[in-house]
Formats: sequence, structure tokens, C-alpha cells
Amino acid sequence: MCALRPQTGHHDTGSHDTGSPPVPPGKPVPPGKEVLSPDEIRRALTRIAHEILERTHGGEGVILLGIPTRGVPLARRVAGRIGEFEGVTIPCGSLDVTMHRDDLRLRPARALGRTEVPPDGVDGKTVVLVDDVLFSGRTVRAALDALNDLGRPRSVQLAVLVDRGHRELPLRADYVGKNLPTAQREVVHVLVTEVDGQDSVLLSPGGGSR
Amino acid sequence: MSGWLIRGARIAGGPPADIHIAGGAIAQTGAGPGAAAGAQVLDADGLVALPGLVDLHTHLREPGREDAETVETGTRAAALGGFTAVHAMANTEPVADTAGVVEQVWRLGNQAGYCDVRPVGAVTVGLGGTQLAELGAMADSAAGVRVFSDDGKCVADSLLMRRALEYVKAFDGVIAQHAQDPRLTEGAQLNEGEVSGRLGLAGWPAAAEEAVIARDCLLAAHVGSALHVCHVSTAGSVEIIRWAKSKGWRVTAEVTPHHLLLTDELAEGYDPVYKVNPPLRTQADVAGLRAGLADGTIDCVATDHAPHPVEAKETEWAAAAHGMTGLETALRVVQAAMVDTGLLDWAGVADRMSVRPARIGRLTGHGNPLVAGAPANLTLYDPGAPPEIVDPAAHASKSRNTPFAGMPLPGRVVATFLRGVPTVLDGKALDGKALDGKALDGKAAR
Amino acid sequence: MKRHLISAADLTRDDALLILDTAAELAGVAARPIKKLPTLRGRTVVNLFFEDSTRTRISFEAAAKRLSADVINFSAKGSSVAKGESLKDTALTLEAMGADAVVIRHSASGAAHRLAEWVRGSVVNAGDGTHEHPTQALLDAFTIRQRLARQGAVPDGRDVPHDLRDAGPDGRGAALDGVRVTIVGDVLHGRVARSNVLLLSTLGAEVTLVAPPTLLPFAVGSWPCSVGYDLDAELPKSDVVMMLRVQQERMTAAYFPTIREYRRRYGLDAGRMALLPGHAIVMHPGPMNRGMEIAADVADSPRSTVVDQVANGVTVRMAVLYLLLGGAEAAS
Repeated sequence: MCALRPQTGHHDTGSHDTGSPPVPPGKPVPPGKEVLSPDEIRRALTRIAHEILERTHGGEGVILLGIPTRGVPLARRVAGRIGEFEGVTIPCGSLDVTMHRDDLRLRPARALGRTEVPPDGVDGKTVVLVDDVLFSGRTVRAALDALNDLGRPRSVQLAVLVDRGHRELPLRADYVGKNLPTAQREVVHVLVTEVDGQDSVLLSPGGGSR
Repeated sequence: MSGWLIRGARIAGGPPADIHIAGGAIAQTGAGPGAAAGAQVLDADGLVALPGLVDLHTHLREPGREDAETVETGTRAAALGGFTAVHAMANTEPVADTAGVVEQVWRLGNQAGYCDVRPVGAVTVGLGGTQLAELGAMADSAAGVRVFSDDGKCVADSLLMRRALEYVKAFDGVIAQHAQDPRLTEGAQLNEGEVSGRLGLAGWPAAAEEAVIARDCLLAAHVGSALHVCHVSTAGSVEIIRWAKSKGWRVTAEVTPHHLLLTDELAEGYDPVYKVNPPLRTQADVAGLRAGLADGTIDCVATDHAPHPVEAKETEWAAAAHGMTGLETALRVVQAAMVDTGLLDWAGVADRMSVRPARIGRLTGHGNPLVAGAPANLTLYDPGAPPEIVDPAAHASKSRNTPFAGMPLPGRVVATFLRGVPTVLDGKALDGKALDGKALDGKAAR
Repeated sequence: MKRHLISAADLTRDDALLILDTAAELAGVAARPIKKLPTLRGRTVVNLFFEDSTRTRISFEAAAKRLSADVINFSAKGSSVAKGESLKDTALTLEAMGADAVVIRHSASGAAHRLAEWVRGSVVNAGDGTHEHPTQALLDAFTIRQRLARQGAVPDGRDVPHDLRDAGPDGRGAALDGVRVTIVGDVLHGRVARSNVLLLSTLGAEVTLVAPPTLLPFAVGSWPCSVGYDLDAELPKSDVVMMLRVQQERMTAAYFPTIREYRRRYGLDAGRMALLPGHAIVMHPGPMNRGMEIAADVADSPRSTVVDQVANGVTVRMAVLYLLLGGAEAAS
């Protein structure tokens, strides 16, 4: 049943906005130049946590929703930092966007990530979507649609670890870990310890086919 | 027209010999005699010459289902398969249960001219299984019916079967039984076994055939009559027939080419081209049938050629018609199943596909050894022809429901002669009209 | 197998787990304010029902609509099919209408198989004769996993390689290794039993069929399950007992003497239910013959999963439709 077999490895990589090929956990690190070290990633997430606190006046009514796969641990880390700084608990969840993607018919059907919304829901909340890479903007558009089906937030913001440019939709991020100028065909790999066993952001020249 | 000289044919697989044909009969055989003046010469180097094949079991569908086959298309297919005589089954519309219908079929056969058509008469009125048809009238008709069968249906009533067996003794007839216990096979679709269980198709148990054959053998013995068992399909049936023959009872039997080669596994894809009655069985049954044919327990190969229009097969399995075409592939299948496996030599093939079926059908003009004086009914076959994929579209039969489609089969029928006149040359049927009045001599058919 | 779901045998263990895990994720959709996903927008799903089965048709219809597919219901009654149109012509009609998937229920075994040869879209078998009903088996497997995982219910001391208790409350990721399932009733005519034996054994369950010998298929010995005739002997070892509907007309065909005798030997009543281990569940694919194969108090007991099975039917069918239609056409 080929049609029932999704892409192997990480279901959303490759289809994700990063333009990066699937990197199964525990597999060798993809080739590429490191553009963010573990320390730089840590500092970037810390800065994002501070900015969220500033922009939302202490995190009142904020929930973080990570976009699977790697947005989810990033969201948890940011929530953890906010907790450390201010002693407030920011509800954290995940929002799978697969069923809302606009490119479903371009690839075989893929397995679904999890959607886990904090118990109080999203109504009236300030929802911060967290993802690893912002590229075309299509994943974020799908996320906005998915969120719309879950309820009516007061506002929605976007945090990304890397903004690599080349937007195809009128979207921008509210919080950016690093702006990374790239060529269209280059590939950005974000590795996070929770999924990949290490923290790193790599830039590789990419193949012509992708 | 001064006849034919067939050069270097291996008669029934023997050493190369020439065959002279003159005046519808074999004038002379032997090595190297010179050509008679004016005879057409046919180089038969490497070919096997067999007495013209005789099919005891053919559905020509006319009258009634001319969309599936006509006497003309069916007999052309038969000639291309190497046959010089076929027995046309009675389950036409109307049923061949009166002298009028059997004479009509017989006449159509004569007009077509490709081979002798011997109508089979129904045992019971309308194949209804309750009242004997006018067997004597059919026997006395111009068609001279000797074989009677309700084929397609079983004469299930024991008393009626006994009476039929007895009654036909008066004119040396034989009852050809389609052995199928109707209650055990209600709605049956496929051999009852592992495959039917897996596919969820209602099973057709071997016992439903074997029980009827056993009963019929006992009845035939009791009344001293001739029983012929149609399309034996199970290894168990072979055992029962072997036992009956060992008693000296007058029991004969046939097997189809498809039961010699194919198994129920083919139903896997639910393609009804593999739906047939009796159904394809297991590999063990195929082995039993081959052994039975090889040792003579089973007397002959009969095609059960059962043409159906496309729509009868392009449907879900349960709704599809039973049956397969077989005339044009029979000899090639027998080569694959029996000769190439070493179970039967060409003399054996001549016996099982010509001599014995002619004897069972009471046909004196066919099934004779190819010796001087015999009617020149013969088939030239090239067993060394490279295996060729069976293409239903190339068949002369009106129907395309061959289960061998897409399968490579060895051999090739090169020529068929009916009373000295070629009906097939170089693998191609000659125009029937050209044969009119030459191959044709109704009374000579017997 | 490529783009169709015709037999449970078409599914590898990974395929089956993917469907169950996708269904587990989609189960959450039913709890959301908007119970609809845009995934199959613009796709057409045809429900082609040659046999009446309102519950199965509604389940597929709900599944397709929750994924925003356009649904066309085509029932044989009163249509050209009733006037003798062949399955092939019907298939060509659907093809011309641009069906992306055809859900077919038919009284002939193999009808889905045949249809798949004549249409380009995906074919989902919703029951073909006495052959198979794979989505029923999937929803049954889903229900078993969900209930046993929720109850933390695989008994101690048994060697269960992938313990459902570790899988979390919805059983996600777990197969059914070591789960003992007893299926009782008309297996011979039962497409549900056939699909369940194939799927549950693929998922590692140990399946036992219990029925009068007349209602077991010939050569059932070659199936990946064991066979018993004594229900009372099997119940104490069962984690799951699945009762199949027995049609009364089978009695007239001499499959069993009387309803009373069938009920005595193979019916599940409160007394028999007490033989089951405490964690065991009772399933029935429906529609039930209360008082025949299953007593009313059993059907309504807390062990019964009948209502769960109906709810899970929609999510499992959503998962199947999504996985068949949600992506690009399979390359092979």
C-alpha cells in the first residue's frame, strides 16, 4: 500500500517550510556549514523569551503552540525560559498543520503530527506560534487556518529560530532568532537535542532537485 | 484434383513417412515413394501427423446464442485446433431435445464444412431433469445421435439416470453425465478449499462430483449400460473411475485441457475468465488427472469449449457465466501438460484425442490409424514450434474467454485435413465456402 | 496493492499502525468546535452501495464530509443498476464523473477487486459478499487498542512485547501483540471475521475463532488463527470477545438446528460474560440480534464497546480516506 505509506523519518521535514530534507533522529548529521552553534541557539531563544515578555506585558494570556516536529521542543524551551525569568507558567502545546497544507497533493500522504492544545483552549488568548525556520510562509498560513478551527484567539504572533527569507506570502515573524540570508536552493537544517540529539543550524548548498 | 502428398510426417510420433491422400482416403503411407502425378506436395518435415482430433464436448451455442458462437465460427475454431469432428452439446436455445433441433445443428455443421458436427441430444426435456427427452427419435434422425447429455446440469434423479442408461441400450447410445450434486453445490463458485475460503466464494466440493460419479458407475454396472463421465476434475473421481473400470464396467471418462493445466489459485484476482464448471481444482487434482489420462483411466481429452460474450465475463465473479473456450488451444495444452512432461507420447495423444473419443461417440469415420484405406482425416502438428503467447483476439472463435490468454504454449497446428480436403493449411483456416461439397459428405461422417 | 483498500491482507503492520495512529490524531477533531478539516476539498468520494447498509454508508459519508470531500451517494435501488446495468458500466459512469475514491458495498465477493480494475480512483471495500470488510477490522483494532490502553488492561505476568499500558491513554504507537481475541459466530459468511483475522494477526494479536463447525470455512486451518468449538473454554483466556451477527436464515440451510440451540452453545449472556477476565471487553460489529448471539444486558454492559465502535468507525474511515486521497497519487 504505497499510498498509505508516508515519507519515512520525520513526517513534516521535507514537506516543511525549512526546505530541508528529512533528518531521522540518530542519523548522521547532514553536511553543511554551521551557522548557529548550540550557544547561539540558546541565546537566541533566551532573547525571544524576553521579547515575548516585553511585547505581551509579562506574558499575561499567552500560550505557545509549537509546529511539529521541531517547533514543539523550541516552544517548550521558550516557555521554560519565561518561567525562569518571571516565575509564570506559560501554557504550551502543539499545532499540527498537515491537514491544512496547500501542497498535500504534491507528495504522498504523510503521517500526522500531534495537536495538543492547553486545557483552557485558545479563545481570547495571545497565541504565539513557534517554528524552526520561516521560509515561504506557507506553513504559517496553514497554521493560521488550523488555529482558526480550534477557536478564536485574541491575537496571533509568530516566533521562529531562523528567518531565511524568500517569502511567498505576505507574512512576517514577530520574533526572530536569526535572520539568515540564503539562496533559494540552499537548504537549512535545524537540529534540536530533543529530536536530533544535538543543537545546531546548518546551511548546505542543496541539490538541484529540491 | 489429384490429392496430396505429405512428405516426412511422423505418424503418431513415429519415424518420418510420406502420406498419400487420394479420393478422400489415405492411399498409401511409407518412406520415400514418389509423388503421384498432379498431387500437391506438403513438406511435413518435423511435423507429427495425428488422426483428426475428435472432441466429445463442444458448445457451439447455435441455435440461440449466436452472439457467443455459431456452428460456423465454432467449427472453424475446431479445425484450427486440429479437430475433424466435434460433438455439439445440447444446451442450446431451444435445447437440442428433439429430432428437429439436432438435425438443424447437424445440417449447419455440414454447411460450414470445417469438421463433422455430431449433435449431442438432451437426456431430459429442456434439461429439466424430470422427463426423458425423445432419445429414440434423436437417434433415428438424420443426425444419428448416439451421445446424450444434460451437460451444464446433472441428471441428479437416480431413477431417471437409471432409466436413461437403460433406454439408450436399444440404439447403442451412451449417457454423458455432468456429475454435480445440485444440493451440495447451491450457489457454488469455486473449488471448496483454501482459496475459496480465503476469497469468500461459495465452495464447490470435490465430493459433489465424486458422489455422483460413484452412483452412476453403480447404476451403469447394474443395468449393463454405457456411462461416459464428462469433465472429470478431481483426483478422487479418477480413483472411482479406476475402480469401476477394474470391475469391467462400461465406464468412460474425459478430462478438459484446462483441468490438466490450471488450478484454483488463478481465481485470486476474481477474474471470471477462470470461472468454469466444474471448477479449477488444486495441484494435487491436476496431478491425479494427468496420471489418470496417462494410464488410460481417463479415456480422452474433451475441450468443454464454452464460448461466452464479453459481458458475461466482464463482471463480478458470482454474476459471471461458467466456461472457457478451448478448441484452439487444446492440443497445445495437452503437449504442455502431458507430452512435454513425459506422461504421454504422440501415439498416446492420438489415442486420447482421436481414437478413443471417436469410439465413445460411435464415430466410425474418425479416430482410425493413419494407414492405407482409412478416411483422410488428419492433423499435422509442429511440437517444436517456439512457445507463443496465446492471444484471444487472434482466435477464430467468436468469444474471447480463454484462460490461457497471455500464457506461452508450445506447438502449432499446421494443417488439418477432413476427408482429404485441407480445412487448415499453414495454420490458417481455409474459406469454408471453398470446401463446400468437397469435404462434405454427411453420411461419411459416421 | 497500491492505491486501494480491498483486503486487510493488503496492509502491512506499519500500514495498519499508520492508519490507527492517524485515526488517533483525528479522533481529536470530533471534540473541536469545528469538526471539519479542509484536507480533501475538491475531491469527490462516491459511496457506491449495491447492498443496503445505512450505518456503513453514513459512517463513510461523515468521514468524507469531515475532510471536506464532496460526497455522492449512489445506491443501487431505483438506479440504473436495478435495471440491469453492469458493474463495469457503473464504474465507467463514476469514472466519467471524476470520482477520486469509490467506497463500494456489494453482495458479490470480489466486486471491489473487479471495480479497482475499471476505475482510476482509489477503491475502498466497504464489504464485498462473504469476503472482506477491512475498515470494520481497522475500527475494531482501533477500539481494542483504545479500550485496553485506557484500562491499562493487559494482565500481569504475560509476555506482551509492546505493552499497551506504556502507550498512553489512546494506545498510540502500540500494536496488539499478545492480545487474545475470540471471534464467535458465523465466520463462513462473515466478511468481518475474515478481515479481522487477517488484520488482528498482522498486529500481533492471537485470534481464536469459535463457531459451530458448519459456520467455519473449509480449510480454516490455514488461517492465521486457532479454532475452537467450546465458547466456555475460550472465554476465561480472552482479552476481547467479538460476537458476530448470526442470520436466522442460516438455520433453514441446516447450518444449525434451532436458534435456541445456537444461543445455548454460542450466545453470550450475563452468565458467560462472568467467565471473562475483569478487564476483557465485548465487541459486536452490529447490527446486533439481541437475544440471539448477544443478550441485551451484555450489549448494554460497561464491557460492551458497541457505541465506541460506531464513533471510531468515523475516525478510522477519515484516516483511510486521508491516507489514500490526501497526498499525491501513488507513483506505483
